[in-house]
Amino acid sequence: MDSDSLATLSLVAVYSAIAVYVLAFIAFVLDLSARSARGLKLDAERERDAAASGDVDARRGQLAGASAAARGAVAGATATAAGVLERASSIGGASTGSNGAGSTATVDDEVNIGSRWQRTGLALTVIAWLIHVAAIVMRGLAAGRVPWANMFEFAMTGTGVIVTVFLIVQFWRDLRFLGAYVTGIVALLLGLATVNFYVAVTPLPPPLQSAWLVIHVFVATLGTGFFAVGAGLSILQLMQVRREAGGMQRVPLLRTLPSSEALESMAYRVIVVGFAFWTFTLIAGAIWAERAWGRYWGWDTKEVWTFVIWVVFAGYIHARATKGWRGSRAAYLAVIGFTAVLFNFTIVNLFFKGLHSYSGLDLDTGM
Amino acid sequence: MSPRSDEDGAAKKAKPAKVAASDPLRPDDYIGSPDPVDARPARTAKGSAAASSEAPVAAKLGPVGWVRFVWRQLTSMRTALVLLLLLALAAVPGSLVPQNSADPNGVIQYQQQNPELYKVLDALQVFDTYTSFWFSAIYLLLFVSLIGCIIPRTVHHLKALRAKPPTTPARLSRLPGHLVSSTGADAETAIAEATRVLKRQGYRVERYDRRGRVTVSAERGYLRETGNLIFHTGLLAILVLVATGGGFIYTGEKLLVQGQSFTNALAGYDTFSPGRFFDEAQLSPYSLRLDDFDDEYSVDKLTGQSHPEDYTAKVSTRTLGGEWEKHDIKVNSPLSIGGTQVYLLGNGYAPELTVRDADGNIVFQDAVPFRSQNSNLTGLGVLKIPDGLKEQAGFIGYFYPTPAESADGLFTSVYPGTSSSSLISLQMYTGDLGLDTGEAVNAYNLDIDDLTQVAGADSATKSLQLRVGEKVDLPDGLGSLEFTGIKRYVGISIHHDPTQGFVLLLAVLAIVGLLVSLFIPRRRLWVAATSADGGGAALEFAALARGDDPRLDDAVLAVERELAKRLRASAPAPASPSE
Repeated sequence: MDSDSLATLSLVAVYSAIAVYVLAFIAFVLDLSARSARGLKLDAERERDAAASGDVDARRGQLAGASAAARGAVAGATATAAGVLERASSIGGASTGSNGAGSTATVDDEVNIGSRWQRTGLALTVIAWLIHVAAIVMRGLAAGRVPWANMFEFAMTGTGVIVTVFLIVQFWRDLRFLGAYVTGIVALLLGLATVNFYVAVTPLPPPLQSAWLVIHVFVATLGTGFFAVGAGLSILQLMQVRREAGGMQRVPLLRTLPSSEALESMAYRVIVVGFAFWTFTLIAGAIWAERAWGRYWGWDTKEVWTFVIWVVFAGYIHARATKGWRGSRAAYLAVIGFTAVLFNFTIVNLFFKGLHSYSGLDLDTGM
Repeated sequence: MSPRSDEDGAAKKAKPAKVAASDPLRPDDYIGSPDPVDARPARTAKGSAAASSEAPVAAKLGPVGWVRFVWRQLTSMRTALVLLLLLALAAVPGSLVPQNSADPNGVIQYQQQNPELYKVLDALQVFDTYTSFWFSAIYLLLFVSLIGCIIPRTVHHLKALRAKPPTTPARLSRLPGHLVSSTGADAETAIAEATRVLKRQGYRVERYDRRGRVTVSAERGYLRETGNLIFHTGLLAILVLVATGGGFIYTGEKLLVQGQSFTNALAGYDTFSPGRFFDEAQLSPYSLRLDDFDDEYSVDKLTGQSHPEDYTAKVSTRTLGGEWEKHDIKVNSPLSIGGTQVYLLGNGYAPELTVRDADGNIVFQDAVPFRSQNSNLTGLGVLKIPDGLKEQAGFIGYFYPTPAESADGLFTSVYPGTSSSSLISLQMYTGDLGLDTGEAVNAYNLDIDDLTQVAGADSATKSLQLRVGEKVDLPDGLGSLEFTGIKRYVGISIHHDPTQGFVLLLAVLAIVGLLVSLFIPRRRLWVAATSADGGGAALEFAALARGDDPRLDDAVLAVERELAKRLRASAPAPASPSE
């Protein structure tokens, strides 16, 4: 197959992937609304239980076994968190025997095992992701190089990496409740990029002919993927904090999600990985800049924003260890950081003058 | 400033005071340090008006007290964090407004377009954001804060590296990751085995036995703090190196036409920016000649746009007393010579022009670089003829490698390659070129304020248009202009930076330190055994995370399982005659 038809096929695959992502998004949203209904039901049950046993915590303690309950309480977990923190409760399960573990599963059945819509959403996401990856591979084959040399290709690969990170993270923790957020963002970004920034396959301009293109840019997309998932968790954390403080009563689905502390802990672990990738991006970029432009750091607009993002996330990591900043303030930093990542990719690429003008959109001057 | 993530919420709450007291020295607003019950006057004085009752205490501070107060404020986590966020914020304006360092022309343009705003921003040094007083103030404070954090923690860590794991707490059940089990083996055997298991898993171990309770205390992950300190020290060293080593850097640019040689001496450069400690003797003498320049383009079949595929400058170099050697310079592969790196920055065309006077005598003959203005290499060039003609004459105009004429008679270049149709279109001026005053004049700029146009849109004669091989008469019988051929030019940039290797080394060290500090968990683990009444022993496990440690419970479980397995394997066949 020649390059042109491969590129065309790749574009068809991109549109198909967008369509399936939209379907997945719809399924995840239906799941969320189903969760809302369950959240209300759970509420009613809790009130009954509270009336019966006086204290919800006491009930949880009976269910999950004393040790697991202690863990759960320490993590500030609601009943649902027990499922997500299955590792945390495994000790409880081990020490109190099968009885405790079995009871924990009952709690899961009640609220945390995804609805049919959630499973549908995840299945659709996997299908869309497969088509998406195929599109990326075909684009790369058509171009005979890595498929992230202009803005459209970067958007295509970057969103692909976001979904990949989201899917891989599922093996670690059940974060399917982020499905609507991830598929929504990806469908939107991929759609906008394809409609607005699509360019035919072109050869690599001389400044990009470097092994660092493969490393620097790909690691940057990896960092973006982790930041995206982390920001999603942080947003939920912020909502959960408000609900736990008595607000957000009109969003009953939050009741079915992990506690704000559990969300924060997960967000932190995801973001720290992103931060490591981002640090590497920064250093690899500096090495490449030295090769291509003769200086490793020159405060080019893109360098500035990469630095700003790095500092914001460094701030996030410090904030989590600072009194008065841990919790909501740290979460805001995570969200601001990811917003800056998106800003860096879109606005800075399109409207800021600088050396990183590789959008392929004929905005760039020559060499 | 300590980017260690703190103890797990669990650890924080369950931690006995004894353990907390032995934590590394940290700012007192670091989570995990004891609550500042003994709040210093510093903290409260900083607070609200409600703290006014504390004011007399603050007023009693002597000079030393004030230094201590300021120092503790500066090295607190909160201050470090705020400074960090301020740094991010302060970096932003530099991307919104053109910078003198990166885009001096953009700054001039900005000044012309927004003269009022320019004055304000210029006073605030926004056009030099990254060397401005406010940006410098933030990062200097940040690094002072960093030093204030690194030093005590390094001292503490060096002590901790030699210290034994702490005594086993009396009540392990108060700790997270608490686990109870029992074994048929006796307490001493169980703990001896536990000690081996822990050692094999990389723990430092210490036995503490007391009143029938046999225990082992273990700690691992000292590398976490080591990595953390390496990361921050690395950052600090990079800043110091960049700040001081910057003085030894020099950079310069040169536009080199095919056939021309460049000599690495001050006079050889078009522009030159030396560092503070630059000495001309630093320049190692070498010559570099541009022999040829190759470029390759591909044309998009649909849009007709051309895309560059390759730029190669073929050069010859010669060091003192050496022979000429041939080299290629490409965009991503600079040439290393004489302690400098030579980068290919730009390229374009230099049409060969000949100017003759009215009698046919040659007054000028050379290749004139027309600096590329866009991706199709439309070039803007200036030619000044101060002597030889009846009047001083200046030419300014464009070179179109592949010209296309639009409906309104204007030309554009549609492809970066040249052919016999390549066109030069020049406006000609006469008058005083201002070259005789001795002031430095930009060779690539023609100041037309004091000149009279004799050929061009504003005069009787149209612009002088020539294709290769053509010759036109100059207006007013001044002589003639001939376009004889086309040469290539390249823009090269020459850098000397003795620090960058060290900066790279430090950066790599820092990132390794960062990874270690983020992903290696530091934890303490205890196993206690108490002899049970009917033989065997009751085992108790507990662990404490020091810093973020998502797998603390797994670690306890792993130790428990491994120990159980080994005890079972080593235990003698259960002799149970009673049954």
